[in-house]
Amino acid sequence: MSAAAPRFGTAQVLFGLAVGILVIFVAVPVLLIFFNAFWVNGAFNVADVLKVLRQKDTYEALLNSLVLASGVTVTGTIVGTFFAWLVTRTDLPFKGAMKVLFLVPFMLPSFIGALAWKMLLSPRSGYINRFFQEVLGFDGPVFDIYTYGGIIGVETMYLFPFVFIQVCGALERMDPTLEESARISGADLFTITRRITIPLVLPSILSGALLIMLYSMAHFGTVAVLGIEAGIYNIPTLIYEKIHQSAGSFDSIRTGTVLATVLVVTAAFILWLQNRVLSRGRYQIIAGKSFRPTELKLRGLRYPLLAFCLAYIAFTIVLPTVTIFLVGGLKTYGLPLAAENFTWGNYRHILFEWQLTRDAIWNSITLGLAAALITMFAGVIISYVIVKMKVRGKGILEFLGMLPFSVPGSVIALGVILAWSGKFGVNLYNTVWIILVAYIARYMAFSLKANSAALEQVHDSLVEAARASGATMWQALRDVVVPLVRPGMLAAFFLIFLPALRELTVSVLLYGPTSRTIGVAIYTLNEDGETVYSAALAGIALVIIVTGEVVIKRFFKTASGS
Amino acid sequence: MGYVTLSQVTKRFGGVTAVDRLDVEVDQGECLAMLGPSGCGKTTTLRMVAGFEDIDEGEIRVGDRVLSSKRGNYYLPPEKRNFGMVFQAFAVWPHLTVLENVAFPLRIRRLPAAEIEQRTREALTHTNLLGVAHSRPDDLSGGGKQRVALARALAIRPDVMLLDEPLSSLDPHFREEMRFEIKDLQRRFGFSILYVTHDQSEAMALSDRILVMRAGVVQQVGAPTEVYRNPANRFVFAFVGLSSFLRVRLGEGGPAVDGADLPAGLCPPLPAELSGAPQAVLATRPSEVDFVAEGGLRGVVRRRSYLGEMVDYQVEVGGQDVRVQKTRHEPGPAPGEACGLLLRAARWYAADESD
Repeated sequence: MSAAAPRFGTAQVLFGLAVGILVIFVAVPVLLIFFNAFWVNGAFNVADVLKVLRQKDTYEALLNSLVLASGVTVTGTIVGTFFAWLVTRTDLPFKGAMKVLFLVPFMLPSFIGALAWKMLLSPRSGYINRFFQEVLGFDGPVFDIYTYGGIIGVETMYLFPFVFIQVCGALERMDPTLEESARISGADLFTITRRITIPLVLPSILSGALLIMLYSMAHFGTVAVLGIEAGIYNIPTLIYEKIHQSAGSFDSIRTGTVLATVLVVTAAFILWLQNRVLSRGRYQIIAGKSFRPTELKLRGLRYPLLAFCLAYIAFTIVLPTVTIFLVGGLKTYGLPLAAENFTWGNYRHILFEWQLTRDAIWNSITLGLAAALITMFAGVIISYVIVKMKVRGKGILEFLGMLPFSVPGSVIALGVILAWSGKFGVNLYNTVWIILVAYIARYMAFSLKANSAALEQVHDSLVEAARASGATMWQALRDVVVPLVRPGMLAAFFLIFLPALRELTVSVLLYGPTSRTIGVAIYTLNEDGETVYSAALAGIALVIIVTGEVVIKRFFKTASGS
Repeated sequence: MGYVTLSQVTKRFGGVTAVDRLDVEVDQGECLAMLGPSGCGKTTTLRMVAGFEDIDEGEIRVGDRVLSSKRGNYYLPPEKRNFGMVFQAFAVWPHLTVLENVAFPLRIRRLPAAEIEQRTREALTHTNLLGVAHSRPDDLSGGGKQRVALARALAIRPDVMLLDEPLSSLDPHFREEMRFEIKDLQRRFGFSILYVTHDQSEAMALSDRILVMRAGVVQQVGAPTEVYRNPANRFVFAFVGLSSFLRVRLGEGGPAVDGADLPAGLCPPLPAELSGAPQAVLATRPSEVDFVAEGGLRGVVRRRSYLGEMVDYQVEVGGQDVRVQKTRHEPGPAPGEACGLLLRAARWYAADESD
């Protein structure tokens, strides 16, 4: 596989395909955004961009994105690091189970959580607020979820696992003798934590924190549900507002592209920073001999801390989920949560009668399957070229392959609108196809990650051995590489299918009358005041998502066990 | 009177007894190597001395200071034991410089700045690290990192040094060099060493006495020559040095090997405890077997391999293999050739289930 064949062969076809897919699905939309942002009246124009940025609503949205993302990053990092330390380095009871529970928020869509919290804590009709007023006799609403604090709180509940996973991993992999040698040097556990453990896992903490920031910066759902009422817009919600309300006028598209440009640049910067943190600061701390690290004895605090963890989980996972299902079963929103007010009617109506919601469920499932399949195959081709092949021009491909990671959902949606609404001869606007195109771009990063990881495990010599045995490159791919990377491809499929089922950020900008997705339907029903239907559909979505996660976990466990 | 004293030390993990009633004493300035296959309890023993594992029974003392005692229900945490310790995987802190690594235990002890400076410098000098004092450990080779670990352990001027397979992560070439450096440092500073290894040549080269362990039980404690020349049992014979074992039937007409002649007088007299047993095992070392043209234990050379200075023969004797090593200057039979073997120093052991 060393020197590429000079003639036109499999290698060239694969390379061409890889570049083509990335250019059409990712690069063109992004370039069109830059072009629309900076190219005004046939000329390159920076002054006009600055003018847009100086408008009150634009710079406020920028500021809000920054404030919210920073807030979520700080709280999420603290929460994630604390829980990670608790389940890896102390004698907390039921640590294994607690670790699994702390990962549950990862599979729940945060905008559904936001809906639940709105039902509980909105100043006018939130059930908890009403409880305080009607039962405990408070004069006015006690909590207000429509605030910066409310948004940061809700996002933290769903994003802290980014830090939790990274720090757990680092603490578990860390060589215990690094801490033991500090102990034998005379340091007590507190000193070791402060001077050895935390500095050593700091790169992982920072890397997780930057992921939270990246995600929160580009996050639509929670801010849309909780912020718009109080006039709090961030970049993605303002893009949505501009595109939606002005029905695609030139001015609003331009504002959208400028905001999107800011988002892309910020995301790229955060990713670059993360890369630097990881490459410069990641120490070789992986253990050779495996003796368990010393656990901090919590003594009297063991059960209080367990109670705290359980309360946290009850409050952030159980309470919102139960709320969604209960409200989804109410005859009318606002009725007390009492037995006589409940009905199965909403669920039945949504599943069997109402065309809108049935369409939405069908659309999400078919879109998810199609996007997952296409992106899985595209991802394996692109990853193969990047990881394994030595062809001229691979630098370009590597750059293109980085793009999907740094392009947030609302940017992709906007770029897809620019590229596929008739300007270049193809008009997909208002159809499911435009959503499919956007999903492929959005989830390409997941597929590239899973497939490159799998391909890096396949040593070059395996292919060389096949070639030496007389196989052509194509045969070597088919008989050696593909069977070996199949687990990676499967992982990519599910990594895409499950999030696509609950996708909101992209589809909310692209949906048409018949192309609502589940996320869009939940969101718009809520906007239209159909709160009980919105909650009922959210409940059904939760059932689908959790079932999917469980089935897949089970499947992968048996697959890897055999 | 030993300086480090372990008496009746026992450790259990779940239902498994990892270390069983271990008694050993280490004198001041002595080096004791604990030798055995992985899982034999040698590392657990070291970790109990260090204080990373509590003991389930017995007592550990240094001088007249009790470190762990089950009877006294006393346990001193590792940070209070004042030992130097070197780990297999280096365990130098990558976020600190070489100098900061070495100074860490002194800073923890809140020594005056001048003393920290002076002692750190001393430790770095003795480990040849002065030139890289301000580098990060990740910029050093494996040998360099292990020197940092050694310097860090030296800095507190411990009177006992615990070494947990300190050389097994190093390249073979560095291993020998470090061996001598550790020995030199011990001579200079006079500390006692407890040294855990699974490498018998390392144990022999470094230690004053060797403790051989198997499945948590001490098999033999003695000077290297003693353990090598006079192994307490078949396990020690096999673990320390090269060996071959020959199954021998013990019948009416004296010892006999199936399918081969075993002339009378070739093997040492049978010890009393084996008389009456149906069979036994004759243990030999490849270097203690000679070739003879006529007579001896008859066999056929199956394989001959040159190991450089030595030549290694595999001789088949009635379906069993006996290894013989000779220097390349000594003549020996060719593969396929019949030959006789004389056993210069063989030992009898009881046969077990595997024979």
